[in-house]
Amino acid sequence: MATTETTASGIGPVEGGSVYNVDNPAPLIEAPRKRTKKTPRTTRGNFEMAAWLFMRLSGVLLVVLVITHLLIQLVLDGGVSKIGFAFVAGRWASPFWQVWDLLMLWLAMLHGANGLRTVINDYAERANTRLWLKGLLYTATVFTILLGTLVIFTFDPNIR
Amino acid sequence: MPAGTLYRGREGMWSWVAHRVTGVLIFFFLFVHVLDTALVRVSPEDYDNVVATYKTPVVALLEYGLVAAILFHALNGLRVIAVDFWSQGPRHQKQMLWGVVILWLALMIGAIYPVLGHAARELFGS
Ligand code: HEM
Repeated sequence: MATTETTASGIGPVEGGSVYNVDNPAPLIEAPRKRTKKTPRTTRGNFEMAAWLFMRLSGVLLVVLVITHLLIQLVLDGGVSKIGFAFVAGRWASPFWQVWDLLMLWLAMLHGANGLRTVINDYAERANTRLWLKGLLYTATVFTILLGTLVIFTFDPNIR
Repeated sequence: MPAGTLYRGREGMWSWVAHRVTGVLIFFFLFVHVLDTALVRVSPEDYDNVVATYKTPVVALLEYGLVAAILFHALNGLRVIAVDFWSQGPRHQKQMLWGVVILWLALMIGAIYPVLGHAARELFGS
């Protein structure tokens, strides 16, 4: 093609012009990630999206649960000085605070564990290191949630 | 070493670093905190003995640090949520960070007397 000609496509000669026109249209290139009949069904779930959403929902609830917890335990009524077995017994006599503490325990542990999972994924580059660190994390998390739940449900004010 | 990062030392990067460090710290504390509370299932004396160490001036200072970590993580967490869900969030992320810092400072000043007061009375007499 001569370099001084203007082409029908309107693209200047410097670019070389287009070989395509109304009678010779360019082939349609599919969008790279478009799902077609031939695309296999996805084998992945939406776990990471659910985890992302859980961090935000649990975060909002934890603000109320944890800030109130800090106010009661560290600020009001003499702060940390008042805490002891008798104080715990007084609070867990009420199902309201049992449920409160249970909810706080589960949400904070799951939120924190998922956060740590992200941190491990970010910094542990070897697959084996990730495997071991996450194994340790999940073991500690299950243990702590079960222990805390057991303590709340089996608390006995007359243990001695 | 981790690969190159997107952030380059602006407010957004440092608030992310602080959010991560405080989150990990709080998680480790929570693990120990559930263990010490589990002592109520052992005996009232064992529980009270351990809690007594929490009332010493040194631990009071650690408690103040814990409050600082939790308050920052909570306030900045709300900012992250606002950036993600509020249509104007990303545009105002920097102003919101300064809001977080100012509110955090105010709350930390307010927490001095309740959290550290008993330690000061023990150290300097009342
Ligand atoms: C008090 C209310 C809380 C709020 C509003 C909150 C909010 C958040 C949010 C929104 C994230 C996600 C950040 C992101 O995806 O970039 C996050 C991450 C995280 N949170 Fe919380 N959180 C709270 C309490 C806690 C508690 C109690 C713990 C520890 C048990 C914790 C540990 C973590 C950790 C380890 C991460 C991961 C940090 C990272 O990936 O850099 N958070 N938090």
